Amino acid sequence: MDKIDAIVVGGGLAGLSAAYRLADAGKQVILLERGDAPGSKNVTGGRIYVDPIRPYLPGIIDSAPFERHVVREMITVLDEGSALQFEYGNEKWKKEPFMSHTVLRAKLDGWLAEQATAKGAFIIPRKKVDELLYEDGQVAGIRSGTEEIGAHVVIAADGALSFLTQKAGLRQPHRPENLAVAVKEIYQLDEKTIEERFGLGSDEGLAGLFMGSVTRGMFGGGFLYTNRDTLSVGLVVGIDSLIHGAGNIDAPGLMEGFTGRPEVERWIRGGELREYSAHVISEAGIGAVPKLYRGGMLVAGDAAGFALNLGLTVRGMEFAIASGVMAADTAVMALNGNDVSEASLSSYEKRLRESFVLPDMETFRHSREVLDRQRFFTVYPRFMCELFDELFTVGDRPKEGLYKTAKRVAKKYVLNMETLKDLLAARRL
Amino acid sequence: MKVEEKLALNAIKNDTKSHILLDQGVCAACRERMCIAVCPAHLYSMNEETGEMAVEYAGCLECGTCMIACIYGSITWDYPGGEFGVQYRYG
Repeated sequence: MDKIDAIVVGGGLAGLSAAYRLADAGKQVILLERGDAPGSKNVTGGRIYVDPIRPYLPGIIDSAPFERHVVREMITVLDEGSALQFEYGNEKWKKEPFMSHTVLRAKLDGWLAEQATAKGAFIIPRKKVDELLYEDGQVAGIRSGTEEIGAHVVIAADGALSFLTQKAGLRQPHRPENLAVAVKEIYQLDEKTIEERFGLGSDEGLAGLFMGSVTRGMFGGGFLYTNRDTLSVGLVVGIDSLIHGAGNIDAPGLMEGFTGRPEVERWIRGGELREYSAHVISEAGIGAVPKLYRGGMLVAGDAAGFALNLGLTVRGMEFAIASGVMAADTAVMALNGNDVSEASLSSYEKRLRESFVLPDMETFRHSREVLDRQRFFTVYPRFMCELFDELFTVGDRPKEGLYKTAKRVAKKYVLNMETLKDLLAARRL
Repeated sequence: MKVEEKLALNAIKNDTKSHILLDQGVCAACRERMCIAVCPAHLYSMNEETGEMAVEYAGCLECGTCMIACIYGSITWDYPGGEFGVQYRYG
């Protein structure tokens, strides 16, 4: 079989970064994307942190079509009928270089596809890859429908579901406890309204996080990101949590309840719903990372399970870009040495270990099991809301001292063995 | 807003054949019916008359949650063919 240098499967950030880098190194690369265009099958929360990825896409990342740079973080803790909201902002976030930006994937991925094409990568949309081809036990290309394309290296960047890693024997079938489902809505509002409503300057953005009763005690939380003239609003829930809650609440109902909360509705009021999307996200940290390579094949981005939920920060796109570039660098080295064997491609994992990708995944190895403690989504939000409720309430009886109130509410919820256990568990975060 | 109305806002090109196949034997024995609860598009429903589980594949958001949630293995799920499925304009 005739072989080109490399095939990349999937036109998300990992695949596009890989194709860009391969083409930049002068390699022949074809990227196959099943959607109408790169980005058309992607869903993000959406925020991207720039510092980790700047070294991987030097020169171009600062010209990316981001939405707004984030200058404020807003956290809303909700109980039934009450909520506590606080914000953190820092003047330095308003100055360049900006730390993070809100993004929409159709636009961002479309831009990166243009960059890759300009370098000579050949991007073919509307092509679903069905199977891998093998030769002497090594991956040697792909089949799409009846069409076969041979390649020395195949980079699987086919997203969180990644059928290719499973077909290649690199991972076990997905398990409900390892993944969450994100449901997201896009609301259109004009730029001025967004800036006035959130108290933002031009180009400035806000990232919002919602936790507590919005997930009815299930693992997960809500998010809100301000884009240029839209809002991204969504909810993430563990799939196993949804299964065990089956019958009581379904995913669409949960989402409807979330956007119907006054603490959420106030932000999206008057906005026109433009899109309703959903996607799964790996929540298992390094525990669900598959084997990352075999002869003739490398795995990058969400397909490799590279996503990290630390409660307050949720990251995935930086890992996608960095791992895509490192997969490409590994492929270039292997192609130059005429050796794409498993042993040769194993240096991919070494690169990932020397970067932020695997060390971050390793450091936060236990984050899911810590965050999965149900009290984080039930008892603590309720405690916080009730504490403030008592502090703010003035009734017809003499008010007790503030300390006494705090102690009484704390005793009711958090001064117990269970909290101690949660604290001990949290040491592993 | 009903989820059907939300789905109607999406750009979707539908194939004539479903990319989601169910094993009715497995579905008939299932009591939990996780697929109904987990699908963000609410595409699953049990037809109580025929006793068959039905899936309206046309509105699928391609998240894959149903396949992962159905631990009994009833759901055979593949991406729609390259010409088809949801096309996110924002993402």
